[in-house]
Amino acid sequence: MSGVELRGFGWRHAGRLRWAVRGVDLRIEAGERVLLLGASGAGKSTLLAALAGLLPEDSGEQEGTVEVDGLDPRKARERVGIVFQDPETQLVMARCGDDVAFGLENRGVPADEIWPRVDEALRRVGFPYHRDRPTAALSGGEQQRLALAGALALRPTLLLLDEPTANLDPAGATLVRRAVADALDADTTLILVEHRVAEALPLVDRVVVLEPGGGVRADGPPAAVFAAHGDALAAEGVWVPGRTVPPRRATAPAGEPLITADRLGLPPRLAPTDLAVRAGEALAVLGPNGAGKSTLALLLGGLLRPGTGTATATAALAGRDAGTPPHRWRAPALARRIGSVFQDPEHQFVTGTVFDELALGPRRTGRSEATVQTTVDALLDRLRLAKLAGANPYTLSGGEARRLSVATALATAPRLLICDEPTFGQDRRTWLELVDLFAELRDAGHGVVTVTHDPDFVAALADRTVTLERP
Amino acid sequence: MDNTANRWRTIDIVIASVLGVAFGVIFWAWGLLWNGPADAIPLPGRAVLYGVWLVPAVLGALIIRKPGAAFFTLTFAALVSVALGSSWGWTLVVQGPLEAAAAELAFAAFGYRSYRLPVALLAATLAGLAASIYDVFIWYPGTAWGSFRLPYILITAVSSLVVAGLGSVALTRALAGTGVLDRFPAGRERAAI
Amino acid sequence: MISIEPVAAPGAPLARRNPVAKLAAALVFSFILIATLDPVAPALAIAVELAVLPLFGIRYRVLARRAWPLLASAAGILVTLVLFAADRSGRVLLDAGPLLVTSGVLVTALGLVLRLLAVALPGMIVFATTDPTDLADALIQNAKAPARFALGALAAFRLVPLLGQEWQMISMARRARGVDAGRNPLGRLRLFVSTAFALLVGAIRRGTRLAVAMDARGFDASVPRTVARRQRFNTADGLLVVGAAVLAGAALTVSVLLGTFRPLIG
Ligand SMILES: Nc1ncnc2c1ncn2[C@@H]1O[C@H](COP(=O)(O)OP(=O)(O)OP(=O)(O)O)[C@@H](O)[C@H]1O
Ligand SMILES: Nc1ncnc2c1ncn2[C@@H]1O[C@H](COP(=O)(O)OP(=O)(O)OP(=O)(O)O)[C@@H](O)[C@H]1O
Ligand SMILES: [Mg+2]
Ligand SMILES: [Mg+2]
Repeated sequence: MSGVELRGFGWRHAGRLRWAVRGVDLRIEAGERVLLLGASGAGKSTLLAALAGLLPEDSGEQEGTVEVDGLDPRKARERVGIVFQDPETQLVMARCGDDVAFGLENRGVPADEIWPRVDEALRRVGFPYHRDRPTAALSGGEQQRLALAGALALRPTLLLLDEPTANLDPAGATLVRRAVADALDADTTLILVEHRVAEALPLVDRVVVLEPGGGVRADGPPAAVFAAHGDALAAEGVWVPGRTVPPRRATAPAGEPLITADRLGLPPRLAPTDLAVRAGEALAVLGPNGAGKSTLALLLGGLLRPGTGTATATAALAGRDAGTPPHRWRAPALARRIGSVFQDPEHQFVTGTVFDELALGPRRTGRSEATVQTTVDALLDRLRLAKLAGANPYTLSGGEARRLSVATALATAPRLLICDEPTFGQDRRTWLELVDLFAELRDAGHGVVTVTHDPDFVAALADRTVTLERP
Repeated sequence: MDNTANRWRTIDIVIASVLGVAFGVIFWAWGLLWNGPADAIPLPGRAVLYGVWLVPAVLGALIIRKPGAAFFTLTFAALVSVALGSSWGWTLVVQGPLEAAAAELAFAAFGYRSYRLPVALLAATLAGLAASIYDVFIWYPGTAWGSFRLPYILITAVSSLVVAGLGSVALTRALAGTGVLDRFPAGRERAAI
Repeated sequence: MISIEPVAAPGAPLARRNPVAKLAAALVFSFILIATLDPVAPALAIAVELAVLPLFGIRYRVLARRAWPLLASAAGILVTLVLFAADRSGRVLLDAGPLLVTSGVLVTALGLVLRLLAVALPGMIVFATTDPTDLADALIQNAKAPARFALGALAAFRLVPLLGQEWQMISMARRARGVDAGRNPLGRLRLFVSTAFALLVGAIRRGTRLAVAMDARGFDASVPRTVARRQRFNTADGLLVVGAAVLAGAALTVSVLLGTFRPLIG
C-alpha cells in the first residue's frame, strides 16, 4: 500500500534552461490506478523517474517536494517498481531467470527464497519459456513481459509503467496489458503513462493530465476529464478516445510500378516475399514483431544485400541504372531515388546541427547551395523545426527526432519513400502532420511504403497493405 | 576530496564499462576494415594504431573523473578485445592494465582534481611509454636500440600524445556537445540550452 | 558478426571447471612461458595446449577460426626482427644491401612467433569455454572482485552484439543519406571515424538508460547482496591451476636440459 504526494514539485535537468516539469500538486491514494497524460515533452517520464527515486541530486535541480508514503523516494526505492519504454536497455542479465533474480539479489533476499520468487513472477506475467532462455532470443513483447516480471518479483506497492507497449505489435501489446491487469494485487498503486488512451482505459480509474508549461491540467475519472476538456486536450496532442481522424484517400489511381520484389528475402530474418510498389500509392507493411518488416524495408531501400530473390527498380525510378539492383548503386544515386527512414531515428543522424543534417542529402547529390538553402528552409517550416535549426540532432525530444528523420529522407525529393514505424511514440499532433505529409507526397506521384503497427495510421492513409508472417 | 565524491555511482561504473565495450567493438571493426596489415607493419602503422588503443584510458578518466577511472576503462577494454579475438590475443591481459596504470599515475599525481589538457597529455604520453617499453622488451627482444627501439618508443609516445591525449580531449568535448554526458562533470561545462 | 557465446561443448571435463580456476591456470601457464626466448619451450607448450583441447570440448577447426588474427601479429614480429635485429650472428642466408638475414635472426624470430602463439592460446581457450555470467559470478564469489564493478561490466558486455548490429545500422543509414567512401582511402577513414563516433554516442545513451534501470532494481542499495547462483572452487579446480604450472615448468625444464633456454632478461 503506497500513497504519493507531490507539492509544488518541479525538476530541471542539468544542462537545461527549461524545467522538464514544474508546479505539480498531486495526491494519489494507496491502491489508486492512474493514467498520466500530456503532450510529448510535458515531463511524464521525468515525473515517473522522480517517484522511483531515480533523479539523483547531482543530475538536476528540484523544486517543491515529492513523497512516497511520506518518505523521500530515494529512500523508498524498495517499495517502487518501474518498467520503462525501451525493454532492451532494462534487461541486465543474459538469461531470463537471472534477470528476474537480479533485483532480488540486490535487495538481499535469502538465496533459497530467490528462485521460488523468480518462478512465481514469471508465471504471473505468463512468460512462456524456461528461465534459462537467453534474453537476447526474446521478441520485443516477450522482453517487455520479462521486464514486468523483474519489477513484480520485488513485490512493489507502487508500480510505475512508462509506455510499456510502445514498440509492440497489437497482439503483444494486448498480452502485456493483460499481464499487468492479472499481476496487480488489489492494494498495488499503479501509475501508467501511455499515449494511446483508449487501450489503457480498462486498467485505470483516474486520469491526470500534465500541462506542458507546468502544473496539472486536468484530474479526475476518465469520463469526466474527457467530457470537460476533450477538445482542448485533443488540440494539444493528447489522444482523446472516441475522436476519429478523417481518412486521406488517394486522389488518383496508382501509376507505373517503381520497384518490384521477386521472392525477396534474407533467411532467417525475412522469408521470400513478392510485392510491387507503384507511383502515387501508399503501401503499408504489417506483421507481428520479428516478422522481418524492417529487414524488408532495408532490402527495398537498397541498403542490404538480398539473401534470396531480387529487388528490381524500373526505368521510371532508376533511369539507366534500372538493370543493376539497388544495393549496388552508389550512395548519392540511391539517395536521389529512394529515401529511407529508420526505425530508430538516432541511427540516422550524421552531422552536428539540424540544418546540416537536412542539407547533407541535397549537397551529396550535387544540388547548388541556393537550392539547398530553399529546400531546407521549406522543410524546417513544414515540420516545425525552424527554431531548432542550430540544435544538435541528438538533443532533440523523441517527437522532434522522428520528424527530423522523416525530413532528411524528404530533402533529396526521392521518388520512393520507405519509412519504418514513422508514428510510434508520437502525440496526436505530430501524428496528424505526418499523415498529411505522406498523403501529399503520394498525391504528387511518389511511392510511399510505411512499416507500421499502428492500425489508425493504416486506416487513415494506406491504399494497400501487405502482411508478413514470422519466417 | 571527501569520500562521497570519490565513490563510483552506478552510472560511472556502467559508462566506464560501456566505453570499454564500445572501444572493443570499434577495434574489432577497425580490424575488419584494415584487415591486419596496419597491425603487422611495425613502423609507423603500429605506432599510429597505438594512440587509438590508448584512448579509452584518457577518455574514461576525463568523463568519469574518479580515482581508478583510467585504469578500469582501459583494462576492461583490453579484456573485451581479448574476448572478441584480437591479433595479440591474451597477452593484452597484462599489457592493458600496465598501460592503464601508467595513465592513472598522471591523474593521481594531480590528486584527481585536474582533468585539463596538460594532465590528459601527460597521461597519454605515460601510457604510450609504458606500452612501447613493454613491447620492446617482451615482443621485440634482440632488436637494435638505435635503429628500432628508441625510434619506436619515441613515435609511440608522440602518437599517444596526439591521438590519445589531444584526441580524447576533443572527443570528450564532442560527446558533451551531443548531450550524452549531462550526468557527468564534463557534460555540465557546456552552456545550457 | 560478433558473438559472445561460448563455443565449446559445455559438458567437457575441463570446460566445466570454475572460471576463476581456468583464468588462473591460463595466466600461470602463459606467464611462465614469457620468461624464455627460445623456440623449444613454446613449441612444447603449443603441443600441450593442442593435446588438452579436446578436454575443453573445443574442436580444432573452431580454434583455427579464432586464432587466425594472431598470424598478423606473428608476421609483424618476423618483419621487425628481419629489419632491426641487433645480433646478426650465424650463417648468412640472404644479403641484399641493408637486408642481412642470418640463421641467428631466424631462430630468434621463430622463438618469438612460437611464444606469441603459446602465450595467446590459453586465453582463447578460457574465453571459448566460459560463459560471461559465470565468470563474473566466480570473480565475485571466489576471487573477491568488487561485485558492483563485476556486474556493471557484465551488463555492459551484454551490449556487444547489440553494438555490432548498431554498427551495421549506422553504416546503412549513412548510405541512405548519400554518404559513401567510394574508392578513396581517406574517405574510408573519415567514414570510419564518423561511424565510430555515432556508435559511441549511442552506446553511452544506452549505458545511461541501463544504469538507471539497474538502480531501479536496487543495484545501488546499501543492503549486502545475496547470490542466486553459487560458484564453487574445489580441489579439482585447484589441481587445474597446479597442473598448468607444472606443465609450463616442464616445458622450460626440457628447454634448459637441451641447452636451448634463453632467458628474457640477461
Ligand atoms: N536526461 C535529460 N537531460 C536533459 N533534458 C531532459 C532529460 N530527459 C528529459 N529531458 C527534457 O525534459 C523534458 C521532459 O521530458 P520527458 O521525457 O519527461 O517528457 P515526456 O512527457 O515523457 O515526453 P514523451 O511523451 O515524448 O515521452 C523534455 O523537454 C526533454 O527534452
Ligand atoms: N542485424 C541483425 N542480425 C541478425 N538478426 C537480426 C538482425 N536484425 C534483426 N534480426 C532478426 O531478424 C528477425 C526480423 O527482424 P526485423 O527487425 O526485420 O523484424 P520486424 O518485423 O521489423 O520487427 P519489429 O516489429 O519488432 O520491428 C528478428 O527475429 C530479428 O531478431
Ligand atoms: Mg516519456
Ligand atoms: Mg522493425
